[in-house]
Amino acid sequence: MEKPKLQVTLLTGRTIEQGVGKEQGKASKEYAESASVCFIDLEDLKKLGIEEKTNVLVSTTYGSVILRALKSPQAPHPRIIFIPYGPWANAIVDPETDSVGMPSLKGIPAEIEPADDKPLLSLKELLKTMFKKE
Amino acid sequence: MPLVRAVTCPVCGCLCDDIELTVEKKEIVKVKNGCAMCESKFLGYNGEHRLVKPLMSKDGELVEVTFEEAVEKAAQILVNASYPVLYGWSSTSCEAIRAGLELAEEVGGVIDNTSTVCHGPSELSIQDVGIATCTLGQIRHRADLIIYWGSNPWSSHPRHIERYTAFSEGRFEKSKWCGYITKVKASVAKKKFQSAIRRVIVEERSSLPPPPQRDPSEVLSKTGRKLVVFDVRRTRTADIADYFVQVEPNKDYELLQVLRALVRDEDIDVDEVAGVSVKHLEEIVDAMVSCEFGILFFGLGLTMSKGKMRNINAALSLARDLNMRTKFMIMPMRGHFNVTGADTVFTWQTGYPYAVDFSTGYPRYNPGETSIVDVLMRKESDAALVIASDPVASLPGKAVEHLVQNPLIVIDPHMNATSQMADVIIPSACVGIEASGTAYRMDHVPLPLKKVVNPPKGVRSDEETLRRILSEVRKLKKKQEAEAS
Amino acid sequence: MELLIRNGYVYDPLTGVNGDKMDIAIKDGKIVEKINEAKARKIDACGMIVMPGGVDIHSHIAGSEVNTGRLIRPEDHFKDFEPKTAKTRSGVGHSVPSTFTTGYRYARMGYTTVMNPSMPPLEAKHTHEELSDTPMVDKATYPLLGDWWFSLEYLRNGDLEELTRHIAWMMNCTKGYAIKIVNPGGLEAWGHGSNVHSLDDQVPNFCITPREIIRGLCKVNKLLNLPHTIHVHTNNLGMPGNYATAIETMQCVEDLASENKPAIHITHCQFCAFKGEDWRTFESGAEEIANYVNCRSHVTLDMGQVVFSDTTTMTADGPFQYDLYRLTGHKWVNHDVETETTSGIVPFRYRRKNYVHATQWTIGLELALLIRDPWKIFLTTDHPNAGPFTSYPRIIAWLMSRKAREATMKRIHKRAANHCLLPSIDRELDFSEIAIITRAGQAKTLGLKNKGHLGVGADADVAIYDVNPNTTDPSRKYKAVRKAFRHAVYTVKGGQIVVKDGEILKHVEGSTMWLNVQTNEPAEINEDMKSKFRDYWTVEYENYPVSEHYLAVSQPITVKANA
Repeated sequence: MEKPKLQVTLLTGRTIEQGVGKEQGKASKEYAESASVCFIDLEDLKKLGIEEKTNVLVSTTYGSVILRALKSPQAPHPRIIFIPYGPWANAIVDPETDSVGMPSLKGIPAEIEPADDKPLLSLKELLKTMFKKE
Repeated sequence: MPLVRAVTCPVCGCLCDDIELTVEKKEIVKVKNGCAMCESKFLGYNGEHRLVKPLMSKDGELVEVTFEEAVEKAAQILVNASYPVLYGWSSTSCEAIRAGLELAEEVGGVIDNTSTVCHGPSELSIQDVGIATCTLGQIRHRADLIIYWGSNPWSSHPRHIERYTAFSEGRFEKSKWCGYITKVKASVAKKKFQSAIRRVIVEERSSLPPPPQRDPSEVLSKTGRKLVVFDVRRTRTADIADYFVQVEPNKDYELLQVLRALVRDEDIDVDEVAGVSVKHLEEIVDAMVSCEFGILFFGLGLTMSKGKMRNINAALSLARDLNMRTKFMIMPMRGHFNVTGADTVFTWQTGYPYAVDFSTGYPRYNPGETSIVDVLMRKESDAALVIASDPVASLPGKAVEHLVQNPLIVIDPHMNATSQMADVIIPSACVGIEASGTAYRMDHVPLPLKKVVNPPKGVRSDEETLRRILSEVRKLKKKQEAEAS
Repeated sequence: MELLIRNGYVYDPLTGVNGDKMDIAIKDGKIVEKINEAKARKIDACGMIVMPGGVDIHSHIAGSEVNTGRLIRPEDHFKDFEPKTAKTRSGVGHSVPSTFTTGYRYARMGYTTVMNPSMPPLEAKHTHEELSDTPMVDKATYPLLGDWWFSLEYLRNGDLEELTRHIAWMMNCTKGYAIKIVNPGGLEAWGHGSNVHSLDDQVPNFCITPREIIRGLCKVNKLLNLPHTIHVHTNNLGMPGNYATAIETMQCVEDLASENKPAIHITHCQFCAFKGEDWRTFESGAEEIANYVNCRSHVTLDMGQVVFSDTTTMTADGPFQYDLYRLTGHKWVNHDVETETTSGIVPFRYRRKNYVHATQWTIGLELALLIRDPWKIFLTTDHPNAGPFTSYPRIIAWLMSRKAREATMKRIHKRAANHCLLPSIDRELDFSEIAIITRAGQAKTLGLKNKGHLGVGADADVAIYDVNPNTTDPSRKYKAVRKAFRHAVYTVKGGQIVVKDGEILKHVEGSTMWLNVQTNEPAEINEDMKSKFRDYWTVEYENYPVSEHYLAVSQPITVKANA
């Protein structure tokens, strides 16, 4: 059976947990846990047929990344997903600056599908996949 | 147990300077008055990810070296590069930034700070329109209408509302803290009641339905402070607001321009803009023009979404237009604790706030060309120095690809995403904890950063490290010139 | 280091030297009687004018208002930049230059002391950081105190003694030099979007009038024995008909003056010498002001001379700057500072063919030429409000040469040229008078004992200009005069040769002068103030003062108060 996919708009931004985590150090467990998540409206979770705290694959024109899906406490916002700032979000955001210097880090068209069989990457593993340094 | 008073917190743009620290056996053990991020910083800055020794990449591994070796290598990298970038700056002191500008000028590189991916568009818009603004105390004393647009201070600037806006106590306006407590108590009671009903009826658990969209005039015509939030989703800040406007993503520009038109008493031909009914917008504008003193705080919801600087242009113009009818101010919610300082120091020394290119011998400024994401996307830089920032985590992946392909110097207190990819790492004393300096609050008020405890042995302040690299760079250049002639 | 400047024509009004050919001896940074000529370095100033280094009493060069001005004028910077050299830092800017460029450009004109006139106390650290990055010149700055809540409250309560102690504390802790008052009462009114329009308007919420503020602070100034008088930007600045307010402002402290010494300094007087009811009937009120000043000894003024150029206006007068935005439609910055003051910035171009701008140009010159005593009126452009400071040589030429004025008048708006008094004024200033209005008079009014003159003991700040007073008639050869003052042949700062032929030879740090006011009881922050601090400001009292860390070279001047 084909996995259900959803077209959504991606937002990235600050959460207090990610803010606290970054002060512990970006290599910390707290930071990884706070930045590798994706907040989804409950109705959208239902459409995808998944429970929260399972893994999802979020893809844009620029890349794709595995994240842990969480129910959004800020619902309702159907077809909008929110990923905290960080390298997981930056794996898939739009680098185009429109001659202004600012990449597009909010309002990006994305696709989301369940991916519970795929593992969440740690920061080290993520960086290795993205930037295999020779 | 010594108590250190009036400590300035080095985390966000609020730059709260009323933090009290208890120091025991040369360590900070207790934090008073700070928010969660503040406590996390003062109590957790010296954890397992702290860098204490300079490191250099040798055969793919990071090995410990002396400070002198690291400085020499860093200087060599910069001198040998044709177009180095020097990036970061927003989480260090103004004193260090001054040294950094001198270094960038000496090596003929591009120096950019994190505004470039944050409020850079706001700076561009301010350069077009100007800005009607004030210090945060003016808000506290006088503001009776407070708007947050595309900003969620509850998460990003936790004490903003209690220190400066809706819950603060001013000379001419009182705190609405009591009103909020009443509201929360009522809401908690309501939730408990609904939960009890659900248990009785054994309904499927569902999330609390959102409150129905009320008429703005109902809540915005009361006296005292009023808090309004514009955002694409109901944030925690929206929960405590008197009125919340849910804006369709990427439609802020239309909405702002419609508000401007309504301020000028023009007719709107449509019934709905950006998902909001024009009837409600008319009532909101009525509240804006009838307030005594209004303030609009805006965040990355405007700078990062479609329209970017055009969104800010519209917001700045709205605030400016409102001054025809009442007193109305606007302020960007600056994120890092000294990004305002970085812009400020850059401007007084070079004339420009960020994205400054020294490669032709004098400051050149053209965001979109000289900004770091664009320099990296065009693959033009051939070396980088990163300080007080983590671009491998915060810049788009495609830009980072080029950053890590070239020699990379990192000056930071912690092992983070960028330092993991570096060729030279020089550990930093945490400014505001282990090193003193100056930072600028989001409203441009300069505040001193205190040295409360000593850094780990051998770890230096950013200012010292940069001045040492600069001195080494000058030595190398002189040597090269002598050899050439 | 010993230096001998030989054979120059020295103009040193404060010591009575008026073009005599004489040598100036310098040792260890000071002017001395004699030095060992054999060992000394020599400058041959034969055929040239030697003057004390220039002193600028009012020029916006540092602080939050200036820096925001820099920020919003990238277009001003693109056209005018200076590359890095082995000796100098790079920079940009025409009307709001970056800090290094500011210092270099003043030094190239032979200026060695510059006063930054507007410092919001809460942001004083910013002003000092920028001053520390402004090389080549000595500097000082004036804290804005006219709308400070403590000023307003203590004056309302008639508590002059308490206010005096508080002002002393404020001067010490902001490292300031003089009491600056801008549109008194109007700035506090602007906090809620309104303004005051006369000396007797009530300031909202404070039950006090501008007249009471000016008089009160004038008395405090005397009690504290400060070297300069209160430095005042009048109410109604920029409004047609405001010359009456300027005269009323000067009158309101006449009785407080003593011993024929000045009690008030009216700054950039051109902007408050407007006659007429509106922009159409606008005309010069310079004659009325000159008539008043000519028979009084308690006032000094500076010109605020307009130059036809693109520039940037920036003042602490928030409501005025808003009105200027409404008038021009240009970009507008407003920045109110809690408890203390306001500011505003609007780019502006003065056009020859605009009747009002052309008349403004005549007003500044009329003031300088109709006021007979050059010790009362000084050359400024209120940089950058009426024009960049780099236009001073142009203004010197206008003042020294009727021909130069006529040449410009041919090109301005005809009605302005025909309507004004300027064509009928024959007076041409001579080199001695120029020395007074660009250095000696400014230093004297500021109470700077070691500046503005070349007497023994003075700081060795000297400017040498390539113009021979015996062979060059400035009235006819005004272009040569302009050229000479544009680039000093030599600028000597603290005894070191720092500029030669308009090139910077050495990047030196100037010092920041500030008053260490000593009252009978030490001026410390008292318990009353500590408890009020959190109510008034959003910062802790411990973090408010400016430590000497912020001054690259700190030069405290002890002042013994009479209180």
